[in-house]
Amino acid sequence: MPKQTALIEEHRRLGGRIIDFGGWELPVQYTGVMDEHLTCRAKCGIFDVSHMGEVHVEGKDSEAFLNYLVSNDVSKLADGQALYSEMCNDNGGVVDDLLVYKKNRDKFLVVINAGNSDKDYAHMLKIQERMSTRLKNYTLTNESPNYTQIAVQGRHAEKIVQTLTKSNLSAVKTYWFTEGTALGKIPAVFARTGYTGEDGFEVYIPWSTGPEVWRALEDAGQAYGMKPCGLGARDTLRLEMKYPLYGHELSDEGNPLEAGLGWVIKFDKGDFVGRAPMLAAKEKGLTRSLVGLKMLERGIPRQGYSILDPGTKEKIGAVTSGTQSPSLNQAIALAYVPKSMSAIGTRLAVDIRGAALAAEVIPTPFYKRPY
Amino acid sequence: MSFPNNLKYTKDHEWARIEGAGSKIITVGVTDHAQSALGDIVFIELPAAGRVLKKGETFGVVESIKAVSDLYAPVSGKVLEINTALPNDPALINKDPHAGAWMLKIEMTDANALSELMDADAYTKYVESLH
Repeated sequence: MPKQTALIEEHRRLGGRIIDFGGWELPVQYTGVMDEHLTCRAKCGIFDVSHMGEVHVEGKDSEAFLNYLVSNDVSKLADGQALYSEMCNDNGGVVDDLLVYKKNRDKFLVVINAGNSDKDYAHMLKIQERMSTRLKNYTLTNESPNYTQIAVQGRHAEKIVQTLTKSNLSAVKTYWFTEGTALGKIPAVFARTGYTGEDGFEVYIPWSTGPEVWRALEDAGQAYGMKPCGLGARDTLRLEMKYPLYGHELSDEGNPLEAGLGWVIKFDKGDFVGRAPMLAAKEKGLTRSLVGLKMLERGIPRQGYSILDPGTKEKIGAVTSGTQSPSLNQAIALAYVPKSMSAIGTRLAVDIRGAALAAEVIPTPFYKRPY
Repeated sequence: MSFPNNLKYTKDHEWARIEGAGSKIITVGVTDHAQSALGDIVFIELPAAGRVLKKGETFGVVESIKAVSDLYAPVSGKVLEINTALPNDPALINKDPHAGAWMLKIEMTDANALSELMDADAYTKYVESLH
């Protein structure tokens, strides 16, 4: 049986088309991917992201544990700050990407991908076991079933989310958060984070309070033209930003440096899981690179399609994500290609149903918000 | 969702309309159910006029933002004409699937081939059975 979020009845009421997404019943769309995507870009969108996993790491050794577990430097976080990071395996591949929220020295919230949450949590327990002689004073708890998470994304997000709380959200900078109260009684985390490239908030509340908070946000959003957005728009919005997604750009075998994630791999912070093989790969020289492509001929590149050398027609890489970009009205893709063919302006070809169609490496993100 | 009585339907959600009694020429498109299931259609690939199709053969592709779907020939025959407006305006398939967004005109090999397709009532029941 697929799992349901606390908001399933809201999705049905709003005409959401419910699909099974990695074991969760979630709406892929309500009014249509195009409309939802463009509404989020121009006004605001509201997303049920309760399927994301939440893990509490608590106790005085939490920071030391997390800093060994993930690639980015958790010790640089101030209270109330959030951090994007990879969580790697011993080969330097990616178990998942995640957000670490530091509440205080002894209290962290780690947010992981829905489809990976069991695998991720098992990996965390394995690393906890490995470190058990050195790090004893902290606990890991998988709190995923206890959270509803709602993302409000778009230029009006702050005004809409502000209606829930007395906490001053204008003081919450990007990648910071505040703990407060929603609707006068519900404990909530208001984080200025997201997966769309827009300004916006992710609101973490107790599972059962989801419908009440969702409806309050829906009411507040009406004046701003906010619409509910499904998984389809979530994917096209993140793709326009080149935000990597596990199962597409990230994998247990792949090297995050090749995905352009060197900025979250902090080799100088001390040892962490996956450090040695990633450093070795870096010193040897990376051979592939994740690039953004636009099609020069008619056709939409999709995950798994081959990238060809336009001269020899030899396969040189593969598409990891591709779509017709709603914002640009242009077919775009992310693809791994040899480093020697990754420069902006390089002409490549994509094998679309047997035809080698011309594409060009272009700068990313594909979309930049105008405010 | 209603399906016009003057069309015949396939299980792959194509429709076909005979162009006059006794004619061997049909017009082909995809149904309202198909466009709704696909969502926003952003791309279409159609065959060249003159191509000979076998019943059930892939004659083209429609793509929504999320997915790629093959189009299947409802009958055997020769492509006489394609709707050249569609590649530049694939969203027309979402707006007017049963008329303006026709895709092909086909000269059927067998003038009676349409009798094997579903009528509107049968197709309506078929679509309901899918839910």
